[in-house]
Amino acid sequence: MSRTLSFKLAINEALDLEMRRDPSVILLGEDIVGGSGSPGEMDAWGGVLGVTKGLYGKHGNRLMDTPLSESAYIGAAIGAAACGMRPVAELMFLDFMGVCFDQILNQAAKFRYMFGGKAKTPVVIRAMVGAGFRAAAQHSQMLTPMFTHVPGLKVVCPSNAYDAKGLLIQSIRDDDPVIFCEHKNLYASEADVPAEPYAIPFGEANVVRDGRDVTIVSYGLTVHRALEAAQTLSKRSGIEAEVIDLRTLSPIDWDTVIESVENTGRLVVVDEANPRCSIATDVAAYVAQQAFGALKAAPQMVTAPHTPVPFSPALEDLYIPSADAIAAAVLKTHPQALAA
Amino acid sequence: MSITSPMQTADGALSNNPIPLEKDALLAAYRTMRTIRDFEERLHVEFAKGDIPGFVHLYAGEEACATGIMMHLTDSDRIASTHRGHGHCIAKGVDVEEMMAEIYGKSSGSCRGKGGSMHIADLSKGMMGANGILGAGAPLICGAALAAKCRGDGGVGITFFGDGAANQGTVLESMNLAAVWNLPVIFVLENNGYAEATSVTYATGVDNFLDRAHGFGLPGVSVDGTDFFAVHKAAGELIAKARAGGGPALLECKMVRFYGHFEGDSQTYKAKGENDFNRLNRDCLKIFADRVTAAGIVSDAEIALMDREVANLIDDAVSSAKSAPQPTPQELTSDVYVSY
Amino acid sequence: MTDTRIKPIVMPKWGLSMAEGKVTGWLKPEGTAIAIGDEIVEVETDKIAGVVEAGDAGVLRRTLGTPGTVYPVKALIGVLADADVPDAEIDAFVAAFAVPEEAGAGEEAAGPRYEFVDTPAGRLRYARRGEGEKTVVLVHGFGGDLDNWLFNIDALAGAATVYALDLPGHGQSDKAVGEANLAFLSGALIAFMDALAIPRAHLVGHSMGGAVASASALEHPERVASLALIGSAGLGPEINSGYTDGFVAAGSRRDMKPVLEQLFHDPGTVTRQLIEDILKYKRLDGVDSALTALSANLFPAERQTHVLADRLKQTDAPILVVWGETDRVIPAAHAGALEGRATVEVLPGAGHMVQMEKSGRVNELLLDHLKR
Ligand SMILES: Cc1ncc(C[n+]2csc(CCOP(=O)(O)OP(=O)(O)O)c2C)c(N)n1
Ligand SMILES: [Mg+2]
Repeated sequence: MSRTLSFKLAINEALDLEMRRDPSVILLGEDIVGGSGSPGEMDAWGGVLGVTKGLYGKHGNRLMDTPLSESAYIGAAIGAAACGMRPVAELMFLDFMGVCFDQILNQAAKFRYMFGGKAKTPVVIRAMVGAGFRAAAQHSQMLTPMFTHVPGLKVVCPSNAYDAKGLLIQSIRDDDPVIFCEHKNLYASEADVPAEPYAIPFGEANVVRDGRDVTIVSYGLTVHRALEAAQTLSKRSGIEAEVIDLRTLSPIDWDTVIESVENTGRLVVVDEANPRCSIATDVAAYVAQQAFGALKAAPQMVTAPHTPVPFSPALEDLYIPSADAIAAAVLKTHPQALAA
Repeated sequence: MSITSPMQTADGALSNNPIPLEKDALLAAYRTMRTIRDFEERLHVEFAKGDIPGFVHLYAGEEACATGIMMHLTDSDRIASTHRGHGHCIAKGVDVEEMMAEIYGKSSGSCRGKGGSMHIADLSKGMMGANGILGAGAPLICGAALAAKCRGDGGVGITFFGDGAANQGTVLESMNLAAVWNLPVIFVLENNGYAEATSVTYATGVDNFLDRAHGFGLPGVSVDGTDFFAVHKAAGELIAKARAGGGPALLECKMVRFYGHFEGDSQTYKAKGENDFNRLNRDCLKIFADRVTAAGIVSDAEIALMDREVANLIDDAVSSAKSAPQPTPQELTSDVYVSY
Repeated sequence: MTDTRIKPIVMPKWGLSMAEGKVTGWLKPEGTAIAIGDEIVEVETDKIAGVVEAGDAGVLRRTLGTPGTVYPVKALIGVLADADVPDAEIDAFVAAFAVPEEAGAGEEAAGPRYEFVDTPAGRLRYARRGEGEKTVVLVHGFGGDLDNWLFNIDALAGAATVYALDLPGHGQSDKAVGEANLAFLSGALIAFMDALAIPRAHLVGHSMGGAVASASALEHPERVASLALIGSAGLGPEINSGYTDGFVAAGSRRDMKPVLEQLFHDPGTVTRQLIEDILKYKRLDGVDSALTALSANLFPAERQTHVLADRLKQTDAPILVVWGETDRVIPAAHAGALEGRATVEVLPGAGHMVQMEKSGRVNELLLDHLKR
């Protein structure tokens, strides 16, 4: 049965269903229950933004509040995964990777290779990403490129509630370590979500809009900005943009991107990450190498600037790629439309 | 509450308890220690010939620690090792030939030649890997212990770290986490007096590492790590307690490193004659052999026989490692993920 | 002013969720004489591309819908009228035309689109339209769901109470399929009728659903008033396992597209959204094992396990057989299996999904069949 559900509740539901299905699924994180050892109620928080709220009542001690020790509990989740559990650790904000990155970079990501294929580490690290929450420089970054760079990690960043549930279920069932990035400004967004469990395979981009004139590639929140831009372009300039939501950044669905660019001849990549060594540069470079002959214009990149995320709303709103900036980039790939 | 042991001695002093082990166990302990010693001494020789790639950190001099602890474990108990991990591997039952091949980077190695000396692992034996990152094993072993606790299988986790790694935040965070979750973890501090070329006294703010344990609410025991029996007894008590749900503890083993930090280390930071003194007075193998022969339980002939058997084992391991095939070029890209 | 000689052509409503559609091209120029059932204009929704067939006869006097433009359901996109109706009257008709969109849309949004019923064969989803005395039950095929009747359910609702269900393992019904054989599915159909207190119904089955309906008629003749078998399984041994196996195996858009294209005479009918909807279904837990088991039991290696034609010949209820001439899943030659016993129609320009591709004609045939 399908009904409208928010991104946040879709994640909650995915966790609930997988915990019901598989007793080896456990949840660790700071205040994911809330109230541990306190005089008041348990399940007081369910995570800082309430994503895991209610799960304690259903699954009890399989949810564990942790001390504020990201290295220790992210590492413990990884260690438990290597010993047959399927832990889902919540790293509150992905920005906090700074204090536990070794466990992700040098442990989880490398076990399988380093141990000659004899280990598997089915851990999921859930974390909030993205700007627009007025959370300033240390709680707002889109650090997806940092993780995508690392062999051995899988990186997922859904743009809507339907994908969030299916991709999280796949992440939990997947035998490799997964960094699951949740854009905090999408938590309230709603979509039709089946009540049943379902898994969306990794490396399968979603074409969210058909178009023949330009390919816009994005993921996460900016998919919606890209769609907005596509609608404006269609109305104002008659340019029909194909919009591709990558959904997973590692693995990445190159085939869908290349196939689309071969049809449209034009590419705009939209990435909320900082511009250098980003998903945008990655996609642009790959397309330039693999489909150079199909390109009718230079690929364009729309990204955050090479700055930290500013606090002032006036500045932060300039930081995230806007629909206008995306439309302008598309027009750059259509010089004749610009002239007209 | 801290556990005190009659074997809590200052450096060098031998315990004079009656020998608490059956002859078979004594022979097994000696065989393990002798295997480690020969393995390392042979590596010292072979390394100098230039056939062994990379860093090699030798465990010679420290054998009683790994052996005394590991005799209390089964394959379903997990250990997380260090960069100086050969001894832990051998004592935990990892195949010696495969280890040697791994160190030579051959495809018949424990990790198909893709890990090397610093990353030997065998999860089927509960050996979660040597580790090139100081202190990284502590969070991982918390996870292993958490998995054992979730499953209620009575398993314990042991993490090893040196006097240098003892200053890593991961170790300290993990002691707290293990205390908070009452995990069956033993933190084994292998205090050989040096971290690379830096003395433990220089790099440590406390005079006694047990104070650190107490600071986290953990009991701690310090033993003479050159005395197999002291290690064996203390470890046995702590492990039995952890297995029974009594929680984590710190075990400090004070010991000596016969060689340099790694092969090629000129060791000029050591005192003149320090290595000779240690070889003469603090050789755990000699101390062990003297005691069991003096007690009349094991004969000199039995010791000599075992020495020959081990020498043959190591000979075979080296020659088979040398003649083993190199990994194929396809191995470069295999086993990064379970599926991608 | 209502001139009965002037007939509007409106944006059709194909199925419960359609709110708007895009005119993609006119198949007839202005001035063409149109007969009922002629294909006039191509329309695309986010789910499917289709053709609007003439419901009235007349000369195509106006093609108002601009290709590439999206119109709400029931918006005026063209005008049919007799040749002698003056242009001025037609212009007046166009000017006065009011889109009755809001009422319809609001009403549907308020009521439940789909309902569920618990049966011994699991919880089954269904849609119900119309209030007629006769009862029709529409049974989709392998991998399908009740939306396969998008273009039929409303047309039949004028003459009967029409139910369309999702078989077990399909659509939004429970995914358990018991033994995964024909007996389980036909048992589920009877259980569905029991649960909704339908004593007797006209069964319309497509593809595997035709075999399910046939098996039900053989086991429970008293429950089945008539059979309509469309591109049906159960009438001959051959089947294109390339389709069924491909459908089971495909997990991605790129793999699924060529598989689905085999369903239609015109592969362009397969839209991105149609593929995405099918992938969404296929991702649900339990679907893969249900489909794998059903296809292994019912269509192993290019063969249908159940050929029921001879037994159907022994029954009494009226039978209609409809096929798309270019069916690439089950050959149209199977339509001949009940020659003499059934009314048989093979429609040109249609493939396996003939009830979608030639909905006007299929609906006509079904309405005639119900009268018998
Ligand atoms: C995080 C980290 N920092 C530094 C190093 C480099 N390093 C390798 S071994 C070592 C000294 C370790 O000393 P100790 O923990 O006492 O272990 P020992 O070598 O004495 O066994 C250092 C600094 C490292 N491998 N990892
Ligand atoms: Mg040291």
